[in-house]
Amino acid sequence: MSIAWYLAVSAIVFCTGAFGVMTRRNPLVVLLCLELMLNGANLSLIAFSRMWGNGDGQILAIIVMTVAACEVCIGLGMIVAIHRRRLPIDVDELRELQG
Amino acid sequence: MSTTTFGWLVLAFPLLGTIVIGACFEKLPGRSAGWIGTAAIGLAFVAALATLISLQGHASDHRQLSSSLWNYASTAGIDAQMSILVDPLSVFMILVVTGISTTIHLYSVAYMDKDRGFARYFAYLNFFVFSMLLLVLAGNFLLLIVGWAFVGAASYLLISFWYRRTTATTAGIKAFVINVVGDVGLVLGTYFLFKHTGTLDFLEAFKAAPNVFSSGEADVTAGCLLLLVGAFAKSAQIPLHTWLPDAMEGPTPVSALIHAATMVTAGVYLIARMHPFFELAPAAQDTGAVIGCATLVIAATIALAQTDIKRVIAYSTMSQIGYMIMGVSIGAYAAGMFHLMTHAFFKALLFMGAGSIIGAMGGEQSLDKMKGFKRAMPFTFACFVIGGLALSGIPPFSGFFSKDEILLVTGERGGWHWALYVLGYAGAFMTAIYTFRMIFRAFYGDPVQEARELEGGHLHHAAEPTNPATGEVEDTDVGFPGPTHAIAERALPMRVAMSILAIGAIGAGLVQIPEVDDVITKFLEPSFAGSALYTVHTRNGLLWFGLILGTVLGLSGIAIAYRIWVKQPSIAVTARARLEPLYTLFVNKWYFDELIDTLVVKPAAAAGRFASTTFERVFVDGAIVGGATSLVRAGSASVRAIQTGLLRYYAALVVLGVAALGLYFLLQT
Amino acid sequence: MSSLLFFMAATGVIAGAIGVVTLSNPFYSVLALVGHLLSLAVLFLLLRAEFVAAAQVVVYAGAVMVLYVFVVAYVGDEEQALDGGLTRRPRARSADGRKLSGALFAGALLVELLIALLGSGLKAVEGAGAPYAPGPRTFGTPAYIGNLLLTRFLLVFEAASLMLLIAAVGGVVLARRRGGLDEEEDDRDRLTPLDILRPRGTGTMVEGVEGLALAHARGAGDLQEDNHSRAGGHAAGHTQRAHDTQASGGGW
Repeated sequence: MSIAWYLAVSAIVFCTGAFGVMTRRNPLVVLLCLELMLNGANLSLIAFSRMWGNGDGQILAIIVMTVAACEVCIGLGMIVAIHRRRLPIDVDELRELQG
Repeated sequence: MSTTTFGWLVLAFPLLGTIVIGACFEKLPGRSAGWIGTAAIGLAFVAALATLISLQGHASDHRQLSSSLWNYASTAGIDAQMSILVDPLSVFMILVVTGISTTIHLYSVAYMDKDRGFARYFAYLNFFVFSMLLLVLAGNFLLLIVGWAFVGAASYLLISFWYRRTTATTAGIKAFVINVVGDVGLVLGTYFLFKHTGTLDFLEAFKAAPNVFSSGEADVTAGCLLLLVGAFAKSAQIPLHTWLPDAMEGPTPVSALIHAATMVTAGVYLIARMHPFFELAPAAQDTGAVIGCATLVIAATIALAQTDIKRVIAYSTMSQIGYMIMGVSIGAYAAGMFHLMTHAFFKALLFMGAGSIIGAMGGEQSLDKMKGFKRAMPFTFACFVIGGLALSGIPPFSGFFSKDEILLVTGERGGWHWALYVLGYAGAFMTAIYTFRMIFRAFYGDPVQEARELEGGHLHHAAEPTNPATGEVEDTDVGFPGPTHAIAERALPMRVAMSILAIGAIGAGLVQIPEVDDVITKFLEPSFAGSALYTVHTRNGLLWFGLILGTVLGLSGIAIAYRIWVKQPSIAVTARARLEPLYTLFVNKWYFDELIDTLVVKPAAAAGRFASTTFERVFVDGAIVGGATSLVRAGSASVRAIQTGLLRYYAALVVLGVAALGLYFLLQT
Repeated sequence: MSSLLFFMAATGVIAGAIGVVTLSNPFYSVLALVGHLLSLAVLFLLLRAEFVAAAQVVVYAGAVMVLYVFVVAYVGDEEQALDGGLTRRPRARSADGRKLSGALFAGALLVELLIALLGSGLKAVEGAGAPYAPGPRTFGTPAYIGNLLLTRFLLVFEAASLMLLIAAVGGVVLARRRGGLDEEEDDRDRLTPLDILRPRGTGTMVEGVEGLALAHARGAGDLQEDNHSRAGGHAAGHTQRAHDTQASGGGW
């Protein structure tokens, strides 16, 4: 299979994730879609690494995974804190930055 | 020391006086401010005498000396030096100004004795004298304008000297505003003349005048007419005269100095000084003569009906200045300046006498309330009589010679000037009547209570100090007149000053008796060397006719006044009843105040109101300011709408941005 | 063979992605993501990234997704309405607009990416790649990755571990409870030394909103109350209190 197929899949995954971020209301699901986007990027990284034959892309993919893990940790912690404050878990309601 | 150095000294002394009094007024003990002021002007007078003597030491065709201290304003096209012009005309003026001012300062030391603004008064008075001397000694148009403006400012300061009186401050503002109108005329006139002569310096401009202007040309006529506007405002001629009667709100010595002897003569001086230009603009000359004559007659009629003693004298001033303006406009320069000098003497004397009698009345100025002071105030009465005789033109008093010389030259011009001649003598007749009306009403008849008290040795004091104009009760604190009133009989400085002026009023005419000596004419000749109208062939027949006519009219005026106001006061009452409309016209000052109010003041006020309410509110606040702010507000509101706080909205924007960027890069390849 | 595997894995990937986005129950979305991740690991394997595939399964699907499951179980999609009841919120009117614009933007992005990646300009993308030569240090093996991490990308490695530490600390801070089980405590003002020393009339928001007198009375009063309860001296406390209110707000 030529790389192009993998890249196409990666693009589809990425854009699906973007659509999900823009559309869903539950912040948990928004974070999940964010993970989708990261995974799409990961896929293209790995694909290019295969194409060039050196391991840079894979290393970067590992780092991206690490970053995703950290981000999930913080994001979920925030959602838990919001839930504890009895605020609604809805991105449309959490808009103190309005103004 | 050279002549011009003396000239600078003449300027320096009053300036020094102002600065010293103004800066140290709190530390000056007692009444020393007054003596410092008087000494400053006295020294200026001495310097003026020195200037005179030194000037006469020069050859007669080298008597126009100019001296410059430094380069005052030098830019493209304008080169104005800080220069004075010492020539017979200016020396004449500075002698008159400093001489009369010294006597008035002396008088004021006693008159303003207990006033809380004593030092301020003398600082202002010295400043005024300095400004007047600057005006007269100026060697170029720029300094003339500076001096002109300063004089106006000093006049305002002195008229509203008792500043907590609303009538005084209103009068001060009125005087200042009308003077500013004159200033505008002066500056614009200067521009018109400067446009062609290209220089602001007097001597150079005069030299260039016949070369750049042809007689009757539009620009020089316009320039001279505008200069006349300035002269009329300063000298209180119709129609810019309404400030002078109101200016009587100031202290009496101020009226004596500014509004009799010096400031109001600035217009006369201006026309005389600018004679090279005026002689190239016959239309302007004719205008000046007509206005002068009109003022002369109208002011005399108004004075016949006034009851405030100071206002009678004020209108008399206006009338006499009309004579002078008429004189210098038709080319009788020497006669006009001669009348200026004699008028300064007797008018200041009359004002001083008025101050004395007002003091005896405890501040009351109305003739209706004054009667029978002859026995109580002999000295004041004598001064009044001397001044009145001089004013009425009775020989051998000074006013006789000067007034008749003007009218003589008027008659000699011929043509339509005969009308001016006739009106001039009519004015002289009325002058005699109103002058002696004033004297007889105040000094003859049964003494009023204040006079009786004074005969008994007690100077009357009003129970409550009141404003003489409106009668409202006042304070005697700062900004109001002091508690005491001075009269000549009791204050030596006042007597000394009045005596000097009385001697001048009697004897000053002797320097220019026709056919006997003409000191003034000869003295002033170098200033008017280029004038075609200066030396005039005097027709003896008209001279004697005029002299006799003047005497007859003066004496008959006095006789009529005596008959009416001493013998049979009922004549006055019946005359007033029969000539009711005429009387109303005179008493209301020919309705000039109302006319100016309708024509100028009300439209200006309406325009101001329109500007502040409608224009300001709708256009400026609404459209310009409001428009700008609403534009900014709308812009920021639309930008603010992006800040929704919705996460997904932001995310969508991010994705959109990425897509756009990608599109851009795609298109690049 | 590899093409078949590719298409199967690709289908799993895309299906999982669509599932995440469209399933309404968040729990199901998480499960869809897990499926997506497993299929993605297969794709990685196809691309000779063994270690990364393993890491994906163990770390991502194993740890991160489990974490997600925990949180979803705890939070769920409790939509608490403003009046306190557990009502299902009606669909907002602008939801369709959002979906449409979302689809539009994402679709535009997709098209661009596809053009970019698959277009004729992409000459550098070729098919073969490196040959497969099995051995301890070949491309994609753990030894290979480890070698790279500890030689060329050492700084990156260390930075990533630091980031993990920070994330861990941050997570703990975010989720801890403060001062006991009573959660209303969180809303009380914390007095700092600055509050005690704050002078009157500095124009702070507290003063602006509550008024000069009240702001300072309350601050002083709270302190006094603390002192009062601790010291136990009524008289002293009262006079102090009166003095303070007098000093701070003479008549309002």
